[in-house]
Amino acid sequence: MAPVLDIEALIGDPQTRVIVCCGAGGVGKTTVAAALGLRAAESGRRVVVLTIDPARRLAQSLGLTTLDNTPRPVLGIDDTHGGSLDAMMLDMKRTFDEVVMAHAAPEKAEQILANPFYHAVSSSFAGTQEYMAMEKLGQLRLEADRDPDNPRWDLIVVDTPPSRSALDFLDAPKRLGSFLDGRFMRVLAAPAKVGGRAYLKVFTTGVNIVTTAMTKLLGGQMLTDVQTFVAALDTMFGGFRERADHTYALLSDSTTEFIVVAAPERDALREASYFVDRLDEEGMPLAGLVVNRVYRVSAPGLSAARALSAAEELEDQVGDSSGDSSDVSESAAITQALLRLHAVQAEIAGRHQALAKRFIAGHPDIPTVDVPAAPQDIHDLVGLRAIGEALAGQ
Amino acid sequence: MAPGAASVRDTDWDGVRLHVVTGKGGTGKTTVAAALALALAGQGRRVLLAEVEGRQGISQTFDVAPLASIEARIAHASQGGEVFGLSVDAKAALLEYLHMYYKLGRAGGLLEKFGAIDFATTIAPGVRDVLLIGKVYEAVRRHREHKAKGPGAARAYDAVVLDAPPTGRVARFLNVNHEVADLARVGPIRTQADSITAMLTSPQTVVHVVTLLEEMPVQETVDAIAELRAVGMPVGGVVINQVRETILTPKALKTAARSAISREDVAADLTRVKVRATDAIVDGLLTEARDHAERVALEHEAALVIAGLRRPTYRLPSLSEGVDANGIRELAETLVAQGMA
Repeated sequence: MAPVLDIEALIGDPQTRVIVCCGAGGVGKTTVAAALGLRAAESGRRVVVLTIDPARRLAQSLGLTTLDNTPRPVLGIDDTHGGSLDAMMLDMKRTFDEVVMAHAAPEKAEQILANPFYHAVSSSFAGTQEYMAMEKLGQLRLEADRDPDNPRWDLIVVDTPPSRSALDFLDAPKRLGSFLDGRFMRVLAAPAKVGGRAYLKVFTTGVNIVTTAMTKLLGGQMLTDVQTFVAALDTMFGGFRERADHTYALLSDSTTEFIVVAAPERDALREASYFVDRLDEEGMPLAGLVVNRVYRVSAPGLSAARALSAAEELEDQVGDSSGDSSDVSESAAITQALLRLHAVQAEIAGRHQALAKRFIAGHPDIPTVDVPAAPQDIHDLVGLRAIGEALAGQ
Repeated sequence: MAPGAASVRDTDWDGVRLHVVTGKGGTGKTTVAAALALALAGQGRRVLLAEVEGRQGISQTFDVAPLASIEARIAHASQGGEVFGLSVDAKAALLEYLHMYYKLGRAGGLLEKFGAIDFATTIAPGVRDVLLIGKVYEAVRRHREHKAKGPGAARAYDAVVLDAPPTGRVARFLNVNHEVADLARVGPIRTQADSITAMLTSPQTVVHVVTLLEEMPVQETVDAIAELRAVGMPVGGVVINQVRETILTPKALKTAARSAISREDVAADLTRVKVRATDAIVDGLLTEARDHAERVALEHEAALVIAGLRRPTYRLPSLSEGVDANGIRELAETLVAQGMA
């Protein structure tokens, strides 16, 4: 038996300051993050939930009708234990703009914000969303800690972006950092920086060849834009690098806990395996695995095979006794259908269990908890509360 | 059928050479893309199935060795049909591109050494997507024999199926022209982006969306179709995946939804066939029926929304044994029967 993931202990521990929910797309990460946040808040924590791209109705249930990059209180929660719940949706471009404005001198910031290359990087670079999610997490953490005696939040729950690879967000801070620090950026910035220095002569020759090739490939305008962008960002290099390192350190901190969310499907569990291994490699604190939307039957005492044979028997009996009134045969038809329905569902439930068991066999030490599949999509606090109860094993 | 002759079957997408498949995460878009590729490869055709996110979803679906940036045969179809697989890698695509169009010589090596290749493929916005789709574009247009060109020459592939990024990103991914518009106003990347856009917005291409009969995936389908239309991409069909059979009759569903199924009757029926009619089992069965009825009602609503999209719609069954190479064949046959291929 794998250990059980004790969500109650996790959210009840004041040492837990950040919970990061990660997993493949479509497994219900955002829902799990919101449910965790709600449960923690109703048990007395002061929580902020950072979501990346919530489904519309889930967002509405959290009062997230505008994307303004600021945490807003969620109304309708039970605050009798002194907790509170704020929620926000990430605005990637705005977060990037804020970083620029906070770290560059006003006129330099303006120059950067107007640069077409910056536009593209801040709105569509493959790693920007991940980087900005981590950036926002860092900001929320700072804000939370501003007044240690009366913290605005004592728990931050983060939902991670639905990345190409679910792990992009771990790499993004490093990647952007190393990109901005990288040799290529120095090359691009070269005409402005290294011109005329004799000891860089060899380097400069290389630079010229590269620049010529890049011009051929991308067109001169793009290169000029890139160079302007890099030159403008130059003063911020240290800042970016430092922040990326800081965020990475925050993630591996003992006050952070990762929760991997998966669905009971082969692909999602494979991704979860990969995730668990990677977090382990990076020394990130993994709290455990949530297997979301696990099918359960309400009549577990009846096996699929027994239900099916009973349905067949019932069919035979009704066929034989044509003297029965139509009421009896109608009732038998319904009972038969119930038995067949049960057989199908018991089979699905069995498959889900088998898949989960296989994961557990491969990762015997990872604490796990199942959340049963709800017949409905979750889009209100009542639904989130129910998920929270399931997470807590109730 | 004579080689090279037009199809004798009437399918919904005759003449389409590039099928782009997208869908919300978790809807099974890779499975559907694989089934569509197999379906298109029937009657002795050659089909390429390409992925662009490096997830190795195709090789896992067909249970073959991981795909590389070189096309490899992954499955056979009827009458000698073949499916080839390709995992497009932006870096390999860029190096190949540079090699093909520029004799960069020393600069090529330097580009790599200075991190320019990494820059162009991971950081430079849009360029990565141009390269990824560019490789697919090249495969769509490639001729079977190296020198043979012109309208009569046989194409290397009769069709190409692209397992594209999920719905949330697909419009931006395909809209390469817009992505590079600000950056590369001239130059080869720009020219390439223009040619790609011309092909993507032509009748040779369709974008299919995969969904489940659930609220969120359907909402994303509606949104994605609107976004695709807004950027001028031709929207194809909607594939409803993992459709479960309805076991209860409409009348029984109604009764179940109202929790009006008679406990006593069910208990009596169970006793007749010697199932121990304990409270737990009877109540359990009734709860299952009510949940099922609730789910069916939601599925019905979702189906209505999909019908409102007025696109050709295909339904694939939920496979009880999960999806393996045989399951894909079953799904491919279903798609053929429904006229998608």
